[in-house]
Amino acid sequence: MFLMFLLISLVFNFTPGIKIGGNFYEFVISMLKVLLFAFILIGLFEVWVKKETVERYFGNASGYKGYIWAIILSSTTVGGAYVAFPVAYSLYSKGAKLSIVLTYIGAAALTRIPMTIFEASFLGIKFSVIRLLVSIPLVILSSIVIGNSFEHNVNPKQKKPLD
Amino acid sequence: MIFLYVITGGSLFISFILNKDKTIKALKVAWKKIKKILPSFIKMLILISVMLYLLPDKTIAKYLGGTNIFRETILASALGSITIMPGFIAFPLSGILLNKGVKYMVISSFSSTLMMVGILTFPIEKEYFGTKLTVVRNVTSYFIALIIALAIGLLYGEVLL
Repeated sequence: MFLMFLLISLVFNFTPGIKIGGNFYEFVISMLKVLLFAFILIGLFEVWVKKETVERYFGNASGYKGYIWAIILSSTTVGGAYVAFPVAYSLYSKGAKLSIVLTYIGAAALTRIPMTIFEASFLGIKFSVIRLLVSIPLVILSSIVIGNSFEHNVNPKQKKPLD
Repeated sequence: MIFLYVITGGSLFISFILNKDKTIKALKVAWKKIKKILPSFIKMLILISVMLYLLPDKTIAKYLGGTNIFRETILASALGSITIMPGFIAFPLSGILLNKGVKYMVISSFSSTLMMVGILTFPIEKEYFGTKLTVVRNVTSYFIALIIALAIGLLYGEVLL
C-alpha cells in the first residue's frame, strides 16, 4: 500500500509523497548497509559462542562484572536500537541475565563511541560527560529493578516467552 | 561504519577457515533472523520517513526556541520520543538548535529521549522482548532522560533550585 502511494505520488508529482519516498529510500539504503553486516555477526556469534561463555560473563553468577561487560559491549555497538535489540536477544537466549541484557540495550542508546564523539563535537565535552555520568548509573539501576521483576515471570530453563 | 565491515569481513574469513560448515550455518541463521524482522523493520522505516516529512528540522527549531524552559523540555522529550533520527542528523541539528539559543536542558531532553525512547521502534522491540517489557523499558527510559535533562539544566546553571 505504501509502495503504491509512493508510485502514485511519483506519477502525479505529489510533493509530500515524493519527499516521503526519498526519506524512505535513503533510510532503507543506509540501514541495510548496517543491518546486513550486523546480522552476519550475530549469526557467527550464535554458531561459535558457547552458552557457557555467555553465562559466565553475562549470567546470574557474573555479578557486577556482567554490567561492566554489557556497557563495554554496548559502547562498540554500531548502528542504533535496531541493531541493539537483536544482539540483546541473542545474548538473552544464550543465558544472559535479563537485567544485564537491559543494561546493554540502555547503554547502547547512550554510550556508543562514535555517537558520543559526534555529540561532544557539536555540544561540547562537558555536555557528554554530564550525560554519561548521570545516565549510566540510572540505566544500571533501572535495569536491575525491571530485570529482577520480570525474570521471575520467566521459566529460567526455557528462556523464550517474555509476553 | 567501516569498522563494522572490517570486523564482519574478518570474522567471516576466520570462521570460514576454521570451519566451513559452521560458517554456512551462521549465514543461514543470519538470513533467517533478517527475514523474521524485516516486516517490522519496513514498518518502522515507513513511519520514520512520514514523521521526518511532517516534522522537518525547521519546525523542531521553531517549537523549542521558546522562553518557558520547562514547557520546552517536556515538548522536546515528546518530540524526541516520537522521532527517530540517525546520529548524523540528530547532533548537527542539536548544534543548530544550540546556536539558535535553545537551552542545553531542552537539547538534552530531546537528544536523550531520541536515543532511549523509541515509539517508532516499538514494533521491533516488541518482537524480541514482548509488549509488557517493552512498555516498561520505554517508560523508565523516558524518566531517565528527564532526569538527565534536569541534571544538565542544573549544571549549566539554566535551572536554579
